[in-house]
Amino acid sequence: MNPSLSFLSLLSLLLLFSSALSFQSDELPFNDDDEFEGVRSSPGSASVAPPVRRRPDLDISSASDSKSLQFSLEHSLSDSEFSVAGTFTARLKSWTHGAQTLTKLRFTRNAISDTEKGLFERLLEDDDFYTIRIPSNVLNPSGKDYVVSSVRARCLPRESLDEHFVIHTDGVNVLSVNYGSAGGCQYPRPLKSPSKWSFSSYTVLKNSEQAPRTPTFVEQIIASENALEEGLQPPEKSFWAKYWMYILPIGFVLVNAMAQAANAAAEDQNQGGQPSQRAPAVRRR
Amino acid sequence: MEARFLLGFLLLLSLSSFAFAIYEDQVGLADWHKRYIGKVKHAVFHTQKTGRRRVVVSTEENAIASLDLRTGDILWRHVLGKNDAVDQIGLSLGKYVLTLSSQGSVLRAWNLPDGQMVWETDLQISNPSNSFLHVLGNVKSGRDSLSLVCNGGSIRAVSSIDGLVVWKKDLSVDGLKLKHVFQPPESDTIYAIGFIDSSLIALYHINAKTGELLKHATQASSVDLSSEISAISSDSLVALDTSRSNLLLIKFMAGTITNHKLPLSDIVQDFSGLAELIPTKSNDIFVVKTPSNVAFIKVKGDNEIELIGKADEAGIVSDSLILSEEEQAFAVVHHSNNAISFQVRINGREALTEGIKIEDHRGHVKRVFLNNYVRTDKSHGFRALIVMEDESLLLMQQGEVVWSREDGLASISDAVVAELPVEKEGGVSVVEVEHTLLEWLKGHMLKLKGTLMLSTPDDMAAIQAMHLKSTERNKMTRDHNGFRKLIIVLTQSGKVYALHTGDGRIVWAHLLTPLLQSESCPSPSVLTLRNWRVPHRKALQENPSILLVGRCGAGPESHGFLFIVDSYSGKVLETQILDHSIAEVVPLPLADSSEQKLHLVIDDKLNAHLYPRGSDALEVFVREMANMYYYKVENAKEVIKGYAFKKGCSTGSSAYCFGTRELWSVVFPSDSERIVATARRKINEVVHTQAKIMTNQDVMYKYISKNILFVATVSPKAAGGIGSAAPDEAWLVAYLIDTVTGRILHRVTHQGAQGPVHAVVSENWVVYHYFNLRAHRYEMTVIEIYDQSRADNKDVMKLVLGKHNLTAPITSYSRPEIATKSQSYFFTHSVKAIAVTTTARGITSKQILIGTIGDQVLALDKWYLDPRQTANPSQEEKEEGIIPLTDTLPIIPQSYVTHTRQVGDLRGIMSFPANLESTTHVFSYGIDLFYTRIAPSRTYDSLTDEFSYVLLLITVVVLIVAILVTWAMSQKKDLQEKWR
Repeated sequence: MNPSLSFLSLLSLLLLFSSALSFQSDELPFNDDDEFEGVRSSPGSASVAPPVRRRPDLDISSASDSKSLQFSLEHSLSDSEFSVAGTFTARLKSWTHGAQTLTKLRFTRNAISDTEKGLFERLLEDDDFYTIRIPSNVLNPSGKDYVVSSVRARCLPRESLDEHFVIHTDGVNVLSVNYGSAGGCQYPRPLKSPSKWSFSSYTVLKNSEQAPRTPTFVEQIIASENALEEGLQPPEKSFWAKYWMYILPIGFVLVNAMAQAANAAAEDQNQGGQPSQRAPAVRRR
Repeated sequence: MEARFLLGFLLLLSLSSFAFAIYEDQVGLADWHKRYIGKVKHAVFHTQKTGRRRVVVSTEENAIASLDLRTGDILWRHVLGKNDAVDQIGLSLGKYVLTLSSQGSVLRAWNLPDGQMVWETDLQISNPSNSFLHVLGNVKSGRDSLSLVCNGGSIRAVSSIDGLVVWKKDLSVDGLKLKHVFQPPESDTIYAIGFIDSSLIALYHINAKTGELLKHATQASSVDLSSEISAISSDSLVALDTSRSNLLLIKFMAGTITNHKLPLSDIVQDFSGLAELIPTKSNDIFVVKTPSNVAFIKVKGDNEIELIGKADEAGIVSDSLILSEEEQAFAVVHHSNNAISFQVRINGREALTEGIKIEDHRGHVKRVFLNNYVRTDKSHGFRALIVMEDESLLLMQQGEVVWSREDGLASISDAVVAELPVEKEGGVSVVEVEHTLLEWLKGHMLKLKGTLMLSTPDDMAAIQAMHLKSTERNKMTRDHNGFRKLIIVLTQSGKVYALHTGDGRIVWAHLLTPLLQSESCPSPSVLTLRNWRVPHRKALQENPSILLVGRCGAGPESHGFLFIVDSYSGKVLETQILDHSIAEVVPLPLADSSEQKLHLVIDDKLNAHLYPRGSDALEVFVREMANMYYYKVENAKEVIKGYAFKKGCSTGSSAYCFGTRELWSVVFPSDSERIVATARRKINEVVHTQAKIMTNQDVMYKYISKNILFVATVSPKAAGGIGSAAPDEAWLVAYLIDTVTGRILHRVTHQGAQGPVHAVVSENWVVYHYFNLRAHRYEMTVIEIYDQSRADNKDVMKLVLGKHNLTAPITSYSRPEIATKSQSYFFTHSVKAIAVTTTARGITSKQILIGTIGDQVLALDKWYLDPRQTANPSQEEKEEGIIPLTDTLPIIPQSYVTHTRQVGDLRGIMSFPANLESTTHVFSYGIDLFYTRIAPSRTYDSLTDEFSYVLLLITVVVLIVAILVTWAMSQKKDLQEKWR
């Protein structure tokens, strides 16, 4: 991106902070920030396009800025050296019970310098990792602990370099940052250069969900217990149910034999008709 | 026609009659149960003239057992809890076994004949430390006798009849540690001797009946005292100083204490190193063990001592055994190669020397317990209980091993499964066939009688015995169904056993660590074992083998070693001492050309070393290296890190050594979360169906990833036991993390819940068990994960024609769109271990195997834990078999796979597939071992052993006869008609 724009943004940032230092507004702070959890940090108004590119928002300067904080994103384009690549701005919201949470996260990316561009192109060629990190304790960013995340560099290029941050927080602590492309990343990864060497960033802040309470319903328990007991005690099998597999074939054979015999008898009767004749026939058998 | 139809019908019938639970007479058909006790640490012999000869032992596994001295069988056994280690055992009143446990705070009495607990006393000791038990012989108030428990500076006298604390004396002196208590015969005074801060010797006279302190005296010692003492007579004892090179002879006559320092080098020539005192009982003799020899020393008169015997070569010395007023005996055991020399010394003189051959897989002698008996010629005979390096227990008498117990199996630390050899063709003699034919006929006659209910009880017993003895299941060859396998287990002592699944017998056993012991590997210990080569297409003729990985020293930076062992014979094929340390062994799903599985050994500097070493292995690995990831859970730092591999390692230039680079990390805030449990899918688990059809004919795709890691964290306050945190301070967070990208797929917080957490991951679900503080109950939660990105891929025609994208490669770098469904249930039991059944193809429905607090294994059907359950299922849901939602998981008594058995101190459950899809092997281990085969969806693919072929045969014969008869009848009739 052109340097003039970045300069402008820097200037405006400076302006913003100087104003925050010098001017104390007596405006009543808004307390609707809790709604912003998990909201994509596009600039406040809907008219602005979602990708945030080095354009700081001037409209965040208010009295509650005293609670706003900044922490930097660092990236590594070669093996282990990290350099500052952008700035996160968030508002620290204090609750009445003492807990603090981060809300209204915004992100500004620094412009890609030429050396960085060269390094990034090397990453693309090698199908290597692009690694970012942010401090795990944003209140005290000098701490040594960072949460790190990496992505294969080839996953990022689209029109521009599309990146997607999901920052998992617990109060003011950052647990982890999931960094990746905005959409999918196909495999195998083809070598593709972005047409525009700039990042379009999306950020999402995530807090922990609360597990639903285990359902307790007394009448249901009783019912289920009854059902269980029923299930446990199969009804006493009748004689037939127990031995039908033995009785059935025997019965089959018997019925068969009887049918044969009856048939024979019936035919005898039909043919002869005289019972006196049948007796010797039976005897002959 | 009819016959064929009927036959098929009968087949079906016999299948359907197979029951869900097993019947009483089926116990032992497919299962076996072995009881062990563990490594013996104390033994008390009970060899009175009447009654059974027995020995009462306590073990490192916190078991107390009474063994039959003639056979080594367990007469009774009790397993105390994990935190209830036995400190000392003793006999009281000739009928009770007293055990002091939990660092001297619990005293229990067990009835000697049957092992029933008679009483238990909590001694309420505020600061448990080294304490000891002393059973007084002659204080008899009525018919009672007292047992003294000394702990630091306090003495408690406990009645042996009912366990009541008769008196309690707190000497309340800072730094006082009582060392010895004794009571002169016919006296009511107890003398208690202790050391105060290793520089003062204190003597107390206490009234034995009331505990009143009568007199006390202290004296400064001339040397710094160590804690080892040996009482040598009623008025003197010997102590060792802290440098372990000087002896102090302490005498306490009439309330005064004198002490006298004796340098050990004056007594024992060429003494060097550190000495050790062997506890003795009396007779003015004590035993000092030095690194080079064992010295028997007698005290004569005032401060004079004399060396009366010496055993060269450092051996293992038993406690003293008093034969008479004058004589006491010691056993000294030396070990060389595969023989041990057993020497009994009476008053230092050699009385008996026996050489005994033992198997060389038992290692060195670790402990000896000596016992005597009266021979037929009225002389003294000796027997000894010997504990070996592999934790086995031997009884030796008259130069022979009378019995041996493989108690190492009580401490299994890891297990894998191996195949048996393929059966060789031919080679069955005619005689054998005739014999088996006759047996077979007999057996079937008996079975027939059984089915027709004509058999007498004797016949029933014969049938049962026949079942149990069935040679088929104990063969040393592979079977078609995959029921016969070898379970190869590793124990804490480093011994490897191969157990046959048929009857649990030991096929081979090897203690490998002594093979390695050398200067370069001072104290080898085996960490884990893995399958190295599994019989496969190309390697069918090769013997399968096992990889054993261990460490040469105690620290994590000490060098590693590996063994490759043949699974059929236990023969060591390869030994290697590595030039790097071992932090973790990662088996890879790759194999080289000779079907040896690739393993990465991660060292403490996070370099990965590839094994086996071979150019083709290297080639295979390098080809796949870009898709290999490794993660590490650092419990101490509450961090999980993911790594990729890269060429070139930090420590050397070996081609087989690879470096790692950190790709991702998840940092749990240390002030609010502690990692308590992690779980992941089994690497070799097979999933049959990727899709799940819902009731509304909709398809849900399971999110099946081998890289799901379940992590549970709890708040630091709730990291202790239940009750350590209030519900408001306790929470449990469950995470599902992709281990390739470090992406948190799902995260859920359970407020008011805490550990211990036990979890199992399988297919697309995870089940975890924890405690709910709000509801005061244990809970189990199931989370099922579904892949939404494939949700539109529902065209059945495409599925049928194979045009779906189910086989397209999936990359973790795509952002997954997953949906989770979850449900929680109350569960009655606490859980010791949790596992899931695995079958060959993954078609059979799953059961969750839960090791309950009662040391049993419960098989819980997965469909009880179904997030789709609702309180009022619709008709369609009912048809699909979804049960109504209940808040508690049912525990059906028939679903205990261990039926009436208990697996003492259950630690692990393992499930591995048989070749038959319906059946899975379940092996659970603790102090005991239990193995069985279960069929979670019943045996739908085979006839059971119970299937009566004879009945089928008879039916067929009867039918054929009937057909013939009717055919003849109809022929005749036809003939008749034609004649008419």
